[in-house]
Amino acid sequence: MSAITVTDLTKKFGSFTAVDHINFLVKDGEIFGFLGANGAGKTTAMRMLTGLLRPTAGTGIVAGYDIRKESEKVKANIGYMSQRFALYGDMTVDENIRLFGGIYGMTRREIQGKRDKLLDNLGLSTQRNSLVSTLPLGWKQKLAFSVSIFHSPRIVFLDEPTGGVDPASRRRFWEMIYEAAESGITVFVTTHYMDEAEYCDRVSIMVDGRIEALDTPGRLKEEYQVSSMDEVFQMIARKAQRTAD
Amino acid sequence: MSSLAAFVKKEFHHILRDRWTLMILLATPIIMLILIGFAMTTEVKGTTFMVLDLSQDAASRSIIESMSQSTYFTFGGYLNDEESIDQVLRRGESGLVLVFPARFTATGVQGGQLHIAVITDGSDPNTAKTLTNYASAIITRWARKQGGAASPSGLVEVETRFLYNPAMKGAYNFVPGVLGMILLLICAMMTSVSIAREKETGTMEILLASPMRPAAIILAKTIPYFVLSCLNLVTSLFMAMSVLGVPVRGSWFALVIVSLLYIVVGLLMGVMISTIANSQLVALLISGMGMMLPVMLLSGMMFPVESMPLLLRIISHLIPTRWYVSAMRKIMIKGLSIGSIVTELAVLALMGIVVLVISLRKFKPRME
Repeated sequence: MSAITVTDLTKKFGSFTAVDHINFLVKDGEIFGFLGANGAGKTTAMRMLTGLLRPTAGTGIVAGYDIRKESEKVKANIGYMSQRFALYGDMTVDENIRLFGGIYGMTRREIQGKRDKLLDNLGLSTQRNSLVSTLPLGWKQKLAFSVSIFHSPRIVFLDEPTGGVDPASRRRFWEMIYEAAESGITVFVTTHYMDEAEYCDRVSIMVDGRIEALDTPGRLKEEYQVSSMDEVFQMIARKAQRTAD
Repeated sequence: MSSLAAFVKKEFHHILRDRWTLMILLATPIIMLILIGFAMTTEVKGTTFMVLDLSQDAASRSIIESMSQSTYFTFGGYLNDEESIDQVLRRGESGLVLVFPARFTATGVQGGQLHIAVITDGSDPNTAKTLTNYASAIITRWARKQGGAASPSGLVEVETRFLYNPAMKGAYNFVPGVLGMILLLICAMMTSVSIAREKETGTMEILLASPMRPAAIILAKTIPYFVLSCLNLVTSLFMAMSVLGVPVRGSWFALVIVSLLYIVVGLLMGVMISTIANSQLVALLISGMGMMLPVMLLSGMMFPVESMPLLLRIISHLIPTRWYVSAMRKIMIKGLSIGSIVTELAVLALMGIVVLVISLRKFKPRME
């Protein structure tokens, strides 16, 4: 069974077609890179898949549920980390974890059991009672990611999770993504960094609301006869007609 | 249910961590009540009055003494001639001048009619009216006391009595209004700003992507502020009763019911505002500035609704404060029970339901 199945998914804002009949399939447990230039329609597509936007046409099955009719069930089975860092800065690390555990319907016992392990893994055990706003950005992002998969969702959606972080922190962040994937969580991630695209099992590249390429990084490089994903991306993104917004 | 509890707890964290905002929220009603309660009074106390006494007899002196004894007037001295009346009023040395004609007692007692001229500064008609009312009340009372000996049979007495508020205390009039305004504005402000803040920081996106339903988010947002507003209600009522001396003559039960209902309406209006406002500033402007004027002008707290043009009277029906103020006046001042405020309760409940339905519809679980 696939984690995500998308058929002719379309989103129009007035006369502007942000996402234009896209089709793809994400396998269970894979790390799926969702690439595209600014304004290509990545975020819109992701918001439809997470139940934040209603599609204009087409269907999407996420974690086994229809994104149109069963958006509440979709939401309960996914994790979501947005572009902007979005934990509560005026609450402690511990309080944020308990809040999101609670919102996703976890019991107090479940939360307590997983929390200590998580804090230990993150190396945040000593800072559990610090306000989140006092943490460095790299740690905030790692925490936000941990919180988004705290309720063990089937799929986690990451919208440009490493924006504004230094390369060392990005590497560590990707190690966490690998760990999550190993534990069986499907990862759906958008990014602007082409070195990160190399880490994905498969990537799709969106241009002007359509998916222009979809394969493993290795095969894409072969197909375009280049040595890096960056060059692949440049060649494909060059086709773009519309300008970034 | 546990997700709701977790969310409510989080809201309390926000409120308690933000000490300054919390202090402002709790202190505002107290400060407003004191400021407005004392400043917006129509009572005029300690006005200096002067006298041009052409008769200089026992009766005129006795009236002057009665006047001086009241808290409203202090005796400022005698005038020598009619020209000086104009002078003292112009210079503001005196707020009111009494003129006793020559042979005051003689004509008065014999003819049955007392003639005293009361002259006030009409440039401030409200004060002038109040002062003349006070003065004539004192003089009438004086005349009645003398009545036993020399009954002024031909004297036509027009007696005006303000039932429920015989002393015409300003606080009686303003406290229910100020209470209504403060509660509504603070409730609407708190919820709208706190929801707008989540939109601003991006946490709303995370909440919308979570399985929490919009109704649960709205409920969780309003519960903590409901508690806070109840606290405000208690302190405001305490201030009104202890400092401003406004009684609660009617049913406490009715007062609590209508106040809680009113608070809920205010909170829901905040939710409704937040569905339009995407930033804290806009939320603050709409709920604070945008609501302040209609509430102050059209709720009947300052100006009687009955004397407004038809269009404004119709609009005033849409303002929850109007109904709350009316109910609170009935309960606090007139001493009535819950049976008398059924209309107000029904209208407020209807408003609450309408605002709730609009908020639920506009509070999108999806982003556009």
